[in-house]
Amino acid sequence: MSDEAQKPYTEGPMHSTAPVIDPGLTFASVTDKISSIVLKRKTSLAWFFGFAISFALFQLMLLAITNLVFVGIGLWGVNVPVAWGIDILNFVWWIGIGHAGTLISAILLLLRQRWRTSINRFAEAMTLFAVAQAGMYPIFHLGRPWLMYWLFPYPNTMGIWPQFRSPLMWDVFAVSTYATVSAMFWFVGLIPDFATLRDRARSKPFQILYGMLAMGWRGSARHWHRYEMAYLLLAGLATPLVLSVHTIVSFDFAVGIIPGWHATIFPPYFVAGAIYAGFAMVLLLTIPLRRFYGLEGFITMRHMHNMAKVMLATGLIVGYGYTMEAFFGWYSGNKYERFMIWNRMHGPYHLYYWALILCNIITPQFLWSKRIRSNLLALWIISFIVSIGMWLERFVIVVTSLHRDYLPSSWGMYQPTQWDWAMFIGTIGFFFTLLFLFIRFLPMISIFEMRTILPEAEVEE
Amino acid sequence: MAEFENPTDLVAAAQRVYSLGYRRINGYSPYPIEELSEAIGFTKTSLPLIVFIGGLIGGLSGFFMQYWIEVIDYPINVGGKPTNSWPAFIPITFEMTVLFAAFSAVLGMLILNKLPQPYHPVFNLPNFALATRDRFFLAIEANDAKFNHAEVVDLLKSLNAVAVNDVEV
Repeated sequence: MSDEAQKPYTEGPMHSTAPVIDPGLTFASVTDKISSIVLKRKTSLAWFFGFAISFALFQLMLLAITNLVFVGIGLWGVNVPVAWGIDILNFVWWIGIGHAGTLISAILLLLRQRWRTSINRFAEAMTLFAVAQAGMYPIFHLGRPWLMYWLFPYPNTMGIWPQFRSPLMWDVFAVSTYATVSAMFWFVGLIPDFATLRDRARSKPFQILYGMLAMGWRGSARHWHRYEMAYLLLAGLATPLVLSVHTIVSFDFAVGIIPGWHATIFPPYFVAGAIYAGFAMVLLLTIPLRRFYGLEGFITMRHMHNMAKVMLATGLIVGYGYTMEAFFGWYSGNKYERFMIWNRMHGPYHLYYWALILCNIITPQFLWSKRIRSNLLALWIISFIVSIGMWLERFVIVVTSLHRDYLPSSWGMYQPTQWDWAMFIGTIGFFFTLLFLFIRFLPMISIFEMRTILPEAEVEE
Repeated sequence: MAEFENPTDLVAAAQRVYSLGYRRINGYSPYPIEELSEAIGFTKTSLPLIVFIGGLIGGLSGFFMQYWIEVIDYPINVGGKPTNSWPAFIPITFEMTVLFAAFSAVLGMLILNKLPQPYHPVFNLPNFALATRDRFFLAIEANDAKFNHAEVVDLLKSLNAVAVNDVEV
């Protein structure tokens, strides 16, 4: 461990070099503190309140989906020329949010950024739940979702196969692989902590439940050795995977010839945007959570500063992306491309464009200031604005590009219906429902990894 | 089975026991200790090879599935372009590689570790629940060639262990 961990733990406004973990903690206190949130702490009224609201919104989602399946896709505002609407927008938004979790758990692990340890479990859970929301949109957007298995290459009596040259097929493979690998990575990370909970649980049902999930984990040196190897390999696999997923999502657009979509900058700009949105969501969730559960000793100001810096850096890349989009439009000399940019800035949806610039380029500039990075309320508000900004970005990309393409005779306008919104709000409810269950029943901080960063974990010669 | 209070004592004890010629030994700790697996002479695992083979199978089957479907079984002529449009097959080939390799890593780790394993004798030791909290254990198994009960107990006691217990198999 670096000397930084040895410095006294302080949480003031100006401590950007705050330690990654409270140095007063020990193996026993780390274990007891994190596992007691799940096992001993009385479920608070606030938890029930938050869960009830999320669960109610989740029911709204089920209602919206049931209605959609019975009535049909006409319930949504999508129609030619804007056939994608906010449904595909929400898919991209959710999956982008998920990317921060994989970045934190896999890429920062490979880069040996040990501060990731206290937020990776939570961020991975967020990934999984966000991908679950994302996955629903393309399926229900199919119109006949009960035929979704046609997307997979299976031998059938019709004698036909999917078209593998289509980015939409790539997307099926990318998103399903991403969801599967994220789930496995998360579960593997949880096995030793399930064992911890099994040994700490006092009631029989929980001992059995966590015991089954731990699969007989006993912390054997041989097991740990293979475990560490598997974890490292999974991180090495998840790193290119996460970059490929949003690259392929951007191909859904970039391979099309619609002005405003057909741009080579899309893959890197989408990946940066995904990380940007994802870190905003991690901050949005951890700031209240760490306060509420008293986790300041685990998730220190150092984490807040680092996450804010990642947000600033990716925000600047996204800003570069917007600039380049405008530059490409002008420099191409192509009248359709030029019109597309002009239409974004001055057309019927120009308010969305300027709101996007305000949310995504101007707002994060405040993060240059250490004082603002140290102010949790300000950080939370900025994260919230960035989340909205990233939603607007996808709106601008999806809707303004489609509603004015080559032929003026096929121009149209798009308005999301109440059922579009019901679905969106409903998925937010489902996301938080899963998140509330997660923080109640699983350790939201990886206990065994926290033990490894304690000063007493060092083996002395 | 000896119980220790910190990782340094455990690793030192494991090194000593290993150097005395005991081989059927194992350490138990609440978190991974690299030095410990080295001390008990366990440094090699075939997991990377398994993952490599898994990834290779995934990549090849991903590519040739697409090749077979698009070129042999169900060719579609799009403006006279070649049916073996391999660059368009790369994204799915890549995803299949990662998917198979990840499955190999997880299942390989579990199978090599013989998990799930609902019962193991070490759980009979009442204090063993602390192996997932703040205690460290070193076991010398009775089927070790050099095993002699009295000698082993004396040896473990001399190694800074806070407790030495027998575990029923």
